[in-house]
Amino acid sequence: MNDKKSFSDLQIDALQEISNIGLGHAATSLAEMLDRKIDMGVPHADFISFERVIELIGGYEELVSCVSLELDGDINGLVFYIFNESSTYRLVDMLMGLEEGTTVELDEMATSTINEIGNILTGAFVSAISDFTQLHINTSVPIFAFDMLAAIFTTLVVAVGRPEDDSVMAIETNLFREDKKVNGHFFLLSEPKSIHKLFTALGIDA
Amino acid sequence: MDLSRSNKDIHVGIGEYKIALSPNRLVTLGLGSCVGVSLWDPSTKIGGLLHIMLPNSRDFTKVVKPEKYADLGIPLIIKDLVRQGAGQSRLVAKLVGGAQMFTGADKKQLFNIGERNIEMSRKILKEVTIRITAEEVGGNKGRTMYLDTATGEVLIRTIGKDIKVI
Repeated sequence: MNDKKSFSDLQIDALQEISNIGLGHAATSLAEMLDRKIDMGVPHADFISFERVIELIGGYEELVSCVSLELDGDINGLVFYIFNESSTYRLVDMLMGLEEGTTVELDEMATSTINEIGNILTGAFVSAISDFTQLHINTSVPIFAFDMLAAIFTTLVVAVGRPEDDSVMAIETNLFREDKKVNGHFFLLSEPKSIHKLFTALGIDA
Repeated sequence: MDLSRSNKDIHVGIGEYKIALSPNRLVTLGLGSCVGVSLWDPSTKIGGLLHIMLPNSRDFTKVVKPEKYADLGIPLIIKDLVRQGAGQSRLVAKLVGGAQMFTGADKKQLFNIGERNIEMSRKILKEVTIRITAEEVGGNKGRTMYLDTATGEVLIRTIGKDIKVI
């Protein structure tokens, strides 16, 4: 399963809606942390193939940062946020109140900053979904990587233990602070049973 | 070490294998916990590159693509290499990848898969008495791997480091 064809327009719309809620909360959390207004573009949610994910973000060897949380409870799987290199640096600048363009590599301080942002965004997303659907979802401590996209992505796919799947629920998001834009991609890697529960909780027959 | 011969590079996707003749190059991009296994016959200059994702197909009930698993993928590529004219006894192997990509992982076996991929690849190669002549495995960096079928050399690209040849 987890094939795009097995999801109806109604289900995709529901995912879109749930993404909107989840990421709305995530943006609010980030705004509170930054003590600045953060706007969010309308997220685009869909089930897409792994190859398409890699294309979308910029290629196999694209340098990206990734923060991931493991989920268990009613939903099993992983959620993760991926930012490309320039968005990663821009996020660090935003969060640390630095002039844009200051951060050009990830030192220990910047790494822990981006880890924290990823954790807040992903955590807020998951708790919003949990509140909205009344599903019980636990999250693990976040894990972090800053390296080649394909290396990170395949490692997560393998970790989730569904090697024969070839698509993932992907949500593209844009976060804005004033005129500055940060582009990120949020993903849910899960099993058909969990996705089914999500739809049922949303009142849609899966 | 010329990495710009892109017209001769044959791309090996995630969980796939490809076979090529000299002077083509086989390349697999962005190995994380996955392991790239190159096999090369110096006499016929036939080479193969396999991108494995998991050590053991027996951990799963449904196996659609055997190439994804070390235990099934390695025998499969060897069989194909031999069918295409390589001598099994002449084949030499090189292993690349099997990194621990994430920090903060609580050392659960979930994220230990790279190590298991390496171990299983070594075991399977030993069973078919194919010699591993070089390895660039473990660590915490993603790797891109090229097999030059003309020379049997394996080139490894890592972000922020020079290209390494093994």
